[in-house]
Order: sequence, then C-alpha cells, then structure tokens
Amino acid sequence: MNDDAAIAANGHVSFLDYQGKYKGIRAWILSTDHKRIGIMYLFALITFFAIGVTFGFLIRLELLTPGKTIVEPQVYNEFFTLHGVIMIFLFVIPGIPAVFGNFFLPIMIGAKDVAFPRLNLLSWYLYVTGGILIIVSIIMPGGPADTGWTFYIPYSVRTTTNVIATGTAAFLLGFSSILTGLNFITTIHRLRAPGMAWFKMPLFAWSLYATAWIQVLATPIIGITLLLIIVERVFGVGLFDPALGGDPILYQHLFWIYSHPAVYIMIVPAMGVISEIIPVFARRTIFGYKFIAFSSLGIALFGSLVWGHHMFAVGMSDAGQFVFSFLTFMVAIPSAIKVFNWTATLYKGSISLDPPMLYALAFIFLFSIGGFTGLIQGALSVDIHLTDTSFIVGHFHYVMFGGTGMGVFAALHYWLPKMFGRMYNMKRAKVAFWIIFVGFNTLYFPMFVMGWLGMPRRYYDYLPEYTVYHQIATVGSWILIIGMGIMFTNLIRGILKGNVVTEKNIWGGETLEWATDTPPIHENFEEIPLVTGTPYEYKQNDIEELPEEVIH
Amino acid sequence: MISQDNTAVHAHRDDIGSRMGMWLFLFTELLLFGGLFFLYSVYRFLHQADFHVAAKELDIIIGTFNTAILLTSSLTMAMSITAMSRDNKKLSISLQVVTILLGISFLINKYFEWMTHINHGIYPGSNDYLSMDSGRRLFFALYYVMTGLHALHVIVGTVLIGIMTRFTVKNVITHDSYVKLEAAGLYWHLVDIIWIFLFPLFYLIT
Amino acid sequence: MDKHHSNIEHAHGYSIYVFVWMALLILTGVTVTVAGINLGALTIAAALLIASIKSYLVLTIFMHLRLEMKAFRVFVSVAILFIIISFFLLFSDYSFLGAR
Ligand code: HEM
Ligand SMILES: [Cu+2]
Repeated sequence: MNDDAAIAANGHVSFLDYQGKYKGIRAWILSTDHKRIGIMYLFALITFFAIGVTFGFLIRLELLTPGKTIVEPQVYNEFFTLHGVIMIFLFVIPGIPAVFGNFFLPIMIGAKDVAFPRLNLLSWYLYVTGGILIIVSIIMPGGPADTGWTFYIPYSVRTTTNVIATGTAAFLLGFSSILTGLNFITTIHRLRAPGMAWFKMPLFAWSLYATAWIQVLATPIIGITLLLIIVERVFGVGLFDPALGGDPILYQHLFWIYSHPAVYIMIVPAMGVISEIIPVFARRTIFGYKFIAFSSLGIALFGSLVWGHHMFAVGMSDAGQFVFSFLTFMVAIPSAIKVFNWTATLYKGSISLDPPMLYALAFIFLFSIGGFTGLIQGALSVDIHLTDTSFIVGHFHYVMFGGTGMGVFAALHYWLPKMFGRMYNMKRAKVAFWIIFVGFNTLYFPMFVMGWLGMPRRYYDYLPEYTVYHQIATVGSWILIIGMGIMFTNLIRGILKGNVVTEKNIWGGETLEWATDTPPIHENFEEIPLVTGTPYEYKQNDIEELPEEVIH
Repeated sequence: MISQDNTAVHAHRDDIGSRMGMWLFLFTELLLFGGLFFLYSVYRFLHQADFHVAAKELDIIIGTFNTAILLTSSLTMAMSITAMSRDNKKLSISLQVVTILLGISFLINKYFEWMTHINHGIYPGSNDYLSMDSGRRLFFALYYVMTGLHALHVIVGTVLIGIMTRFTVKNVITHDSYVKLEAAGLYWHLVDIIWIFLFPLFYLIT
Repeated sequence: MDKHHSNIEHAHGYSIYVFVWMALLILTGVTVTVAGINLGALTIAAALLIASIKSYLVLTIFMHLRLEMKAFRVFVSVAILFIIISFFLLFSDYSFLGAR
C-alpha cells in the first residue's frame, strides 16, 4: 500500500491504529509520523532515565557512610560520570523537545508533520545509537569514562578508561539534538496553519523555537570540542594538553560555551510546558503572553553569554570574571519575568490541583530555589567558596530535576491521555507526587547545607561531621525513587489498561491539540485548520476550516 | 487574516523550507569551525612570534593556487544551478563534473602539501613535533586539524555533488525541481568560505 | 512569495557569476600582496577584512542570499553575531590575562 492509498483507507483512525506501508514493529521504527517518533523517544527516554536513576541511587548508597560502603573509588568515579552523562545528554537535553515537542508542536501550530520527517527519524536513531554506545562503554575493556560528564582536560586525555566511546556517544547525541532543532525552526517558519501569525502561536511553540536556536548554534561547539578530545587522545596533537603547550582552560571555555546554553536547552522547553499548564488549571488566560514569548528569546540570547561563571575559580582574568558575573545576573531577569507572569496568572484563578498542575507548581517552587541559589553562585566572592562543593550539586538538581524533571512529569500527566487515549489513576498520581516532592527535598536540600559547610563535590570519602547530611540525602533518594516508581507504574498502567478516553478535551485545554481527536488521527487534522483568533480558543473543539479555494 | 509565509502548509513540496533547513545545517558547520577559529585566535594571541615564524614553512604558492581552484569550483557550481534552472541539463552536468574535478585537484594538492611536512618530520607524535617550541607546535596542530577537517568537508562535498550528478542524469533533479542541487551547492560554497578564512590565517602571516 | 515558492529562476545569470569570480580572484591577489608588506598589527586586520568581503560576495551571490526571503538574511546575521560576541567574551578573559 503506498502512502496516499493508506491515508485514503485509514487516515481517519487514530495514529496508533494507522496501517501504513509497514506492519508490526517496522510500522514504528520506520515511521516518519512525528507522533510515533515522539512516542519512540518517550520509551527510549524513560529507559535511559531509569538507568540514570540507578546510578544516582548507587552514588548515594556509596555515600551513606564515610569510606567504602559498596564500591571502590574508581567505580564510584565511573558511577557519577555515567549518571551525569546519561542524565544530561540522554534525559534533560532531549527530553521535552524530542518527546513532547515532536508530538505536539506540529499539532499546536496546525501542521500535519514536521518539516523534515525523515530527518526526524534519523535523529531518533542517532539518539538511540548514542545511548547504546554509552551503555556499551560500561562493559568495554578499560571501563566507562571516569572523568565526570565535563571531560575536563588534562585528565580526560590521561585516563585509560573509554573516554573515546563516551565522547563519540555525546557527539552523536549532539548531532541528534541539532537535527531536532533545525527541524523545529523550519517547521515553525514554514508550516504554521493559515492565520497563525507569530504571536498567535502557543507559548510552548515559542519556547521550542528559542530552544531550537540554541541547539543549532551552540551544539556544534561541544561537537568540535569532543572531537578534539578524541583527536588529542588518538594523535596527541597537543591542542589542549598542557604538557604539549595547550591550554586546558581554553578547553573549559569551549566546553561551557556550549554547556551553559545547554542548560537553557534543558529548561526553556519545560518553561513552555508550564506556561501551557498553568492557565488551563487556573482557568485563566495566561498573563503577559508577549513577555513570556520574548523572555524565551531573551534567555536564549543572554544564556549564551554567561558561560564564564563556571570558571570563576580557574584563574580567569579579573575583567573576564567581572563581565561574566554581571551577565549572569542579567540572565536571571527573563527567567524571573516568567515566574512573575505565572504567579500573576494564578492570582485569583480558580485553581484545580490535578496532577499536571501539582507538578507545574512544584516546578515553579523548586526552580525558584534553583534560580536563587544560582544567583548566589553568580556572585564572584561567594562562588569562590561554593564552587565544586555539593552546594552546586544541590543547585543544578533543583534547576534540572526540580525544573526540567518536574516539567517532564507535568507534561506526562498533562498529555499522555491525549497521546494514548487512556487515563491513569488520578489518586495514585497525586500520592506519587507528594512522595516525590518530599523525597526530592530530603535528597537535595541537605546538599546546600553541607556544600556551604565545605563538602566537596564528586568526593568518594568525607569527614565524619558531614555524615548526618549524607545520610539524610541518601534516605531522601530512597523516598524519591519510591515516588517515581509509583508514578511510572501508574502511568504505564494507565497507558496499557487505563480507562479509555475519547473526549477531545479532558482538561479544558485551550490550544489546538485539544481540538483534535483523542488520540489524534494520522495526519492530525481532517483539514488544515484556519486560525482566526488567539492561540487559546480551542476549548470548545471547534476548528475553523479553510474555504476550499484558499487551499488550492 | 491569512498570513503571508504559510503557503507551504498544503503544498507537497516546499523548496524554501528545504533551503532553510540547509542553511541552518550550514550554521552548525560554521560553528563547528567556529570553535576551531576560537582556538586559533587564542593561541595566535598567546604565541604571536612563533606563529609568524612557523607560517613561513607553508608554501604560499600552493596555498594561493588551491584558493584559486576552490573559488573556481564555486563558480562552476553556481553556474551549474543556473544551467539547470534554464533547462540546460548537459551543461549543468558538465559543470558539476568540472566542480568535482576541481575539488579532487584541491585534495591532491593538499595531500602533497601535508606529505612535505610529514616528510620533514612534522606530524603529531614525531620526535621533532614533541621537541619543538609550543608556539610552533600549536601552529602545526591547528594547521593539521583545521585543514584536515576542511579537507574532510571537501571530500564530503565532492561525493555529494557526485550524487547530484547521478540524480541529474537520472532526472531526479530536473529544471523545475532542483532544490537538492541547490543544497549541495550551498554546502560547497560554505566549504569555500571556510577556506577563504583559513588561507590568510595560515599562509599569509609571515 | 510565489516567485520563491517554485524554483523558477531561483538563480543568477552566468555573467554575474563570472564577474564575482573575477572579483574573488583579484581580492585573493590583493590579500597575498598586502601580506607581503609589513603593516604590523594591521596585517591581520587587512587579511580578515578582505576575507570578509570575499565571503560576503559568496554568501550574497553564489549562495543566493539576495534572492531569498528576509528571514534567511536575519538568520545569517544571528549566526555571525553569535560567533563575534562569543569571540569578544572569550577575549575578555585572554586579553587581560596576567599570570596564567
Ligand atoms: C534519584 C535521582 C537522582 C539521584 C539520587 C541523584 C544523585 C546525584 C548525586 C549524589 C550526584 C553527585 C555526584 C558528585 O558527588 O559529584 C549527582 C550528580 C549529578 N546529577 Fe544527579 N541524581 C538524580 C537525578 C538527576 C537528574 C534527574 C539529573 C538531570 C536532570 C541529574 C543530573 C546530574 C548531574 C549533571 C550531575 C553531575 C555529574 C558530575 O558531577 O559529573 N541527576 N546526582
Ligand atoms: Cu551556567
């Protein structure tokens, strides 16, 4: 059956039941449907996330007591490297764009698919290949990289572990991320439904647009940097190696030119999710639409200018430190604008605390803590004391896990019923939420305290006075993992056996996806919609259609 | 109100979109080299005198000659697209073939250039390499990495154009559908632009 | 809009290409000659200036930037600006380096 015939035959059924050219598993792994690719990302992502969490659990277990608890120092180093690499490159960076962006961006802007569907599939393959390579590096002779996810020189050219495998994997993952970004930019420019002007796009689309630009412009820098590490290890050219006259600090510059913007690749899409969820569950229109849209672009811009704040203690020039510290304070402004607008939206709203909303509120709360501690570290003198302590570990977990992680969980609870046409158990979802919330803070808050007291990060051993904090944190990790276990079982159970949802709009959502079938049909819409008003008018499920003569 | 740039929604084919995707891809290539240009500028800044001396070891004549070759290949590439748009398939094919040949001759020159240095014992890991001044070593490290990566792009570019030639022969690329050829052309011109910067930065700082 | 949508004449004429090509060769000659003269710090500035002019020609004519819609030109400026700004920030460290 060729594509046109297939669409004619069953283009009106859910994309899950759609019968195209291929059958069985090939109908998925060869599908170029953005929705199927989004779901394939989802399953890959959850798998890798579970592996990442396992390593996090093992790190914490090792730190339960001073000295050796379960493994040798070398293995501990490999644990935190694997944990960091997996969480960063396989979970938070691709997370929201690859799963929910893929699935919902085209629907939200009224398109049938992304601009380059085959490229989209390719980027999924690159993602999975990169992920598998990281996992395989664990059993390769020499063992997995033990450098930390930052691959700092000179250690990364000296260690005998498999830095090349991990570096190659990260390179492939970067490429995958670039392709997603490129695809989204083109999709947004070219495929918006008729009438959908820029400021009629949902805020989630705006956040993906800003993110996509960072993906396209910043990721190549880490690409070349990783390549250079490989070249350095294989040929010994000496571009970074201090023994050959290279400058290891220049490596750090290049690494962070990407990796700081990368934290915005991680957080901005989550902010987009929150901007969609908050108004729906507060029964209000979003406050300050344009401010939120522009602040995404503002973050993308300023976020590219602050990388030096990761290097305050390495001996940068005073001028450089001053500039980077100043810019770091600036970048807080657009993020704060968002938080203010969300709270203003909540103000006097009639708030319903359904699971998506709970996670969204947790996002605001935890992200704010993460953001404020970020400002503390942005202050030069204070950071000299705090850098490389567990304060930093606390900070980035509040931002990345409390922010992006909660954003992913919020999105899962918000959109999964739409994606699969089945509902999870609400009550269990709420219970899981509270366990996660408590576990999270028990795990990461003590890190602020012990970091402030001087506990270094990435250390295998510690002085007895830190024991109590470490033990609280480890117990927290258990609570958190139990909570996530309940959450994921509930969600997966929901997907497989939950009550069938056929209603188009279960939450009273206002964007276009809530006006499509549940689950959406193969090409999303029977007819390409015509957007006449704001992006937020689809609560009643009425899509206007284009008059015939305009289409052809 | 129906906004202007949305004509693609229902079209089966969107050439502007394809070209937009290609340009975005070119940016990533540009920034890939951008990282290396950052390295170059910092090391040159830190080792100015050494760079000047080391650059004397490169052959300006070959460099200039290679520059001319690449510029000319850009010309033939651009003209092959015009030929295609004017439905002159034969001319387009011959221009593409000329472009490929020019690309290959660039690579051959490059090969001999590298071989001269290597025969002088200048290559990563050699005794000379390990014992020279760091400034000079960094110069050659950058030289090898940057021109090497560039040469890799030339190889990819020629292969790409080769595929396009095949497409043209097989009428996959035709005079009213040649965006693939355009994309290959864009790639080729970017490779040219990078060389436009590499050339003075390595050969002309004596 | 529609003019761009289809590919009809999305290319320049041959003569303008040949013209640009000659300009590029001449500029190459100029940059080689200028490099022979000792201008001190200006040498690198001159070389970069000429390279920029050459790239501009390639971008606008060979790569058809002039024929594309405006968004493309904005894109290119954003990319170039990103490189330039990063460059300056990088040198906010290296230019003021005392002892490292
Ligand atoms: C149950 C879940 C998690 C636990 C128990 C956990 C625990 C930890 C611990 C103890 C460290 C510190 C290692 C050190 O001493 O430096 C760490 C580092 C890190 N974590 Fe997590 N974490 C979890 C989830 C996450 C998530 C969701 C993310 C990303 C969004 C993440 C990203 C990172 C990163 C990037 C590092 C730094 C790795 C490095 O230093 O190279 N973690 N984690
Ligand atoms: Cu940062």
